[in-house]
Amino acid sequence: MDTYSIFRQFADSWMLLALFLFFLGVIFWVFRPGSRKIHEDTAGIPFRHEKSPAGAEKKAKSAGKAALTEKEA
Amino acid sequence: MNNAIKLIALAAITLFAAIAANYARDLAYMVNAIVVMFVSGGLFIWVLRQTDDELVAIDKSGAYMDDVVKYGVIATALWGVVGFLVGVFIAFQLAFPALNFNWAEGMLNFGRLRPLHTSAVIFAFGGNALICTSFYIVQRTSAARLWGGNLAWFVFWGYNLFIVLAALSYVLGGSQSKEYAEPEWYIDLWLTVVWVAYLAVFLGTIIKRKEPHIYVANWFFLAFIVTVAMLHVVNNLSIPVSIWGGKSVQLFAGVQDAMTQWWYGHNAVGFFLTAGFLGMMYYFIPKQADRPVYSYKLSIIHFWALIFLYIWAGPHHLHYTALPDWASTLGMVFSIILWMPSWGGMINGLMTLSGAWDKLRTDPVLRMMVIAVGFYGMATFEGPMMSIRAVNSLSHYTDWTIGHVHSGALGWNGMITFGALYFLVPKLWNRERLYSLSLVNWHFWLATIGIVLYAASMWVSGIMEGLMWREVDANGFLVNSFADTVAAKFPMYVTRGLGGVMYLAGGVIMCVNLWLTVKAQPAVETEAGLVPAE
Repeated sequence: MDTYSIFRQFADSWMLLALFLFFLGVIFWVFRPGSRKIHEDTAGIPFRHEKSPAGAEKKAKSAGKAALTEKEA
Repeated sequence: MNNAIKLIALAAITLFAAIAANYARDLAYMVNAIVVMFVSGGLFIWVLRQTDDELVAIDKSGAYMDDVVKYGVIATALWGVVGFLVGVFIAFQLAFPALNFNWAEGMLNFGRLRPLHTSAVIFAFGGNALICTSFYIVQRTSAARLWGGNLAWFVFWGYNLFIVLAALSYVLGGSQSKEYAEPEWYIDLWLTVVWVAYLAVFLGTIIKRKEPHIYVANWFFLAFIVTVAMLHVVNNLSIPVSIWGGKSVQLFAGVQDAMTQWWYGHNAVGFFLTAGFLGMMYYFIPKQADRPVYSYKLSIIHFWALIFLYIWAGPHHLHYTALPDWASTLGMVFSIILWMPSWGGMINGLMTLSGAWDKLRTDPVLRMMVIAVGFYGMATFEGPMMSIRAVNSLSHYTDWTIGHVHSGALGWNGMITFGALYFLVPKLWNRERLYSLSLVNWHFWLATIGIVLYAASMWVSGIMEGLMWREVDANGFLVNSFADTVAAKFPMYVTRGLGGVMYLAGGVIMCVNLWLTVKAQPAVETEAGLVPAE
């Protein structure tokens, strides 16, 4: 068989099946038990860390504290 | 050491560009070579002047990298107005052919300006919008500063250099005649380099994220970046005739080339203008409405369904051509199935407002985003319908296609980008609010009525010309000549041009409003103690 026919036959059969099963797998994965909590948490991501990266507040606070102690000293 | 390597590379590029300008076989190549020579020569001087400066290492990980986003916002707004302006001009060129001036030596003819318009709005306006919003969103949703330091700047400036090179090339006659992929081989190579850097910055930021999960907007942006890289490389496989000229020979020929081109062309719509902008939708609508996305589960299914289906839809551009029937039927079937995930996404965006619909009355920015999603829904219904072979036999090659594209581009891409810009500017420049909400209202209504005029006139014009082309008399002879259809379209062309003028006016009003937001209002104090020293 020429390359085109081999590829074509593979694409028409096993690859199609594999992609379709992957897609069904995604849907089942989305509705798996216990996913609701994870999804609610993930959906809230845009409402955290708007101003600065994670951990930055701590850094800023410690920097502020350092400045304060310097002033006191 | 680092600077020494940079200087050697920049000097080599400058020298090579100078030689290329000298040996250039065509005008477009020569002008591009001169631009590259000046840019790399200027960078050489810039790097040289900084070489003896002492390096002060500042820990910037405590702040987001927003300066590059600011530049992206400015570039988006400016390129938008330029692109709309060229669009308005070529719309009137179609209505009044005298606007194809003789003195311009053909450089400002419709044929040269049309790719300038499409690339300016899609790649310059849309591309800058995608780059700057993706940089903004990926930092916030990963809770991490952009990866790669100054690589983000390279992406921004490199991408805009690509746009300038492509625009100059079109006007001077350099084009490989592939729709939405007009740039010649050397510009394509440059874009590939920039795009790989873009992928590295985006992916690097996701990899070092502090949130356990990757927010859905980032999935869409990542699909957009990866797929566009693949599409761009495959569709531009070609062998240059000479290293000193723009001309190249495509690797594919005939119907294979056509199929590759429309596999590229439709997925440029699918992944550049849809997936990327859906990434914006999934961040900015929840933020502006101040509530999480309606259904996160639906957003995951929306993502996988959209990227699994879109990639197959291209052949519907080639109905009734040399393309085998099975291939165009495949494209048609997948286009129709694609309707479902598209509307799934639309519902997800709209329903995010459930319980907050009253905000539409008071918040014109949110209204802009919502009408964008509405236009997305309309365009993704019209598209599958037009991909049906029987409908396509009437609609193809007519103005209906142009109307469809513009209701998607002006309505969906334009409006969601305007919404994003109105959202971003006060945040990025630390202003309490926009300068004027009533100006946003003006923009909203000018743009919306402009789109309605545009789409409606193109429906009438397209269907009329489609029917005129196929009209035969009792003996089977065609009734109308082509010039008859052109004459009949005149009033619709003028109406379309006026719709464009309104849309352009809205864009100018936006620029003024954003300018005054920054210039006419005092900055508010930042909450975080750290002020980025950039």
